[in-house]
Amino acid sequence: MCGIAGLIHRGKSSNVGHELQGMLQALKHRGEDSTGYALYGDTDGKNFIMRFKVGENVGEGSTSVAEDVSVYDERKKIVDTYLTEMGAKIIKEERILPYSLRYEIQYDKKDLLEFSQKIESIPGVEILSMGKSLEVIKDLGNAKMVCDRYNLDKLVGTHAIGHARMATESGVDIKSAHPFWGYPFSDVSVVHNGQLTNYWNNRRSLENKGMRFMSECDSELIAVYLAEKMRDGASLEEGMKESLTGLDGVFTYFVATKDSLGMAKDTMAAKPLVLYESDDLVAMGSEEIAIRSILPQEIDTYDPFDGEVKVWQI
Amino acid sequence: MANIKTVTKKTKAQAMGMHKEVLTGRTQQKFFNPDEAENFYYFGTYDVDFNKRTDLDVENMTAAEANKEIDNLMSQGYGTIVIKNPQGKHSIGVGILNKLNLIFEGSLGYFGIGSCDGPIVRINGRVGWSCAENLMAGKVVIEKNAGSCFGAAIRGGDLICKGSVGARTGIDMKGGTIIIGGDAGAFTGFMMQRGRIIILGDVGINLGDSMYDGTIFVGGEIGSYGSDAVDAELTKSDQDWLKRKLKVAEIGENFDVSKMKKIVAGKKLWNYDNLEPTEKKGAI
Repeated sequence: MCGIAGLIHRGKSSNVGHELQGMLQALKHRGEDSTGYALYGDTDGKNFIMRFKVGENVGEGSTSVAEDVSVYDERKKIVDTYLTEMGAKIIKEERILPYSLRYEIQYDKKDLLEFSQKIESIPGVEILSMGKSLEVIKDLGNAKMVCDRYNLDKLVGTHAIGHARMATESGVDIKSAHPFWGYPFSDVSVVHNGQLTNYWNNRRSLENKGMRFMSECDSELIAVYLAEKMRDGASLEEGMKESLTGLDGVFTYFVATKDSLGMAKDTMAAKPLVLYESDDLVAMGSEEIAIRSILPQEIDTYDPFDGEVKVWQI
Repeated sequence: MANIKTVTKKTKAQAMGMHKEVLTGRTQQKFFNPDEAENFYYFGTYDVDFNKRTDLDVENMTAAEANKEIDNLMSQGYGTIVIKNPQGKHSIGVGILNKLNLIFEGSLGYFGIGSCDGPIVRINGRVGWSCAENLMAGKVVIEKNAGSCFGAAIRGGDLICKGSVGARTGIDMKGGTIIIGGDAGAFTGFMMQRGRIIILGDVGINLGDSMYDGTIFVGGEIGSYGSDAVDAELTKSDQDWLKRKLKVAEIGENFDVSKMKKIVAGKKLWNYDNLEPTEKKGAI
């Protein structure tokens, strides 16, 4: 059992960091092994924001092996060297935690595949997100703990999705936490509640086509599956509709791009989702109390039906 | 029949000191000594006065605190309780075993009105998953939409949603009536064993999948039939019953019931008996 939440403001920005924190904290009883945020902030759109990790959080019930912190510095140095070699210029650098970094970089090439492969060839390094608006922040603990640790409360943007995880299929670590970046597409992220039963078959097939997996979490498959569909020319919505038959199991998932937010529900409707939709705001979550954390007044909500796919634009 | 409390002959197990419990409770007394009805005590029930009314604001309460306070108010004789600010909280209004007018001014989360036997409930909002699960008797009216597993395993009473409902409505239901004003999702009536479901709108795939017994009436389109679900003839008495029921339910009073589809179980399970255990005793 995990909890997912998402919201999109249409025609305006809002304090989405604070809002999503409230929604995910309301769902913390569905799992607090880890919590993740995919926030689409207001930026000038010129530079890429790269969130990456050079190690794991080894506290708070983590299943990761502890490393000497000095290796984090070594890995960071290699990342910096590779960025220079690829012609990327670091405009701003923040080291929020010893293992977690945020770079604002100037990089002119559009294809991020080669870029990502080069950076992630460094053992222990994983790009959590790459985009001109998207920032994926995920760590162990509940929504408030992660929000406080990364100072997300003040982040202003248009939309966001998030995940409160109860670890079942894979370990308690950052690499298995949601959201997953839609590698190698900039500004694409996914969160999922459910279980995919054809994970290994799909994974083998996608790896043979050159797609990359960083964890053994079944939910990562959705991000990779959609990325592969988009790589082959499908729109986001087309890819999502294909996923209803391509993915087997029970699932409700959200996917976000720099200007849209979508949801898909499996054909058995086995996983919950409550949806609120108005002209200027769409908010959804595994339970109504998530929506109530930002809309305490009486509102009309509904459960999308089985096999339903919806996409909203900002 | 002998009153079980007066049975003196011990079973072999009791004689060996393996257990000492004496069976009590309404169901057992009803079986064995209906003449002693005045001695019935149904644990957790209260005599309430419908004209005695109060409000209860649960905004800053947990579900357990809210339920305890409802119980406390009933013990003071309040027969009409208006719940303010439920805010989508889970598991509120559960385990009410006596008559009561319970009104929610707002929406409920999961498992609202679970395991109830007798109250009349009106929810002026929406409900989440598994509303009124295991309802035995009473009437529950939801003014807006409902989530999945609506009316799971109910045995009696009327459960009415004026909006649309999610998947698996009436799953495993063993009696009672569920009425939906809007649409219903996939697997409606999944494994239903008794009772009736009325859907005025459309219904999703696998309607009545693996149903043992019971009847489903659909006013709109059907996504697909589940295994064992088949069409049946809509009789005049069906139509009369539907009209009466929709009127009492304050929903679809002018709906043309003559065009509704009737779905029943197409296969008689060899070891399935549609009588409840209590009814079997009566028949014997």
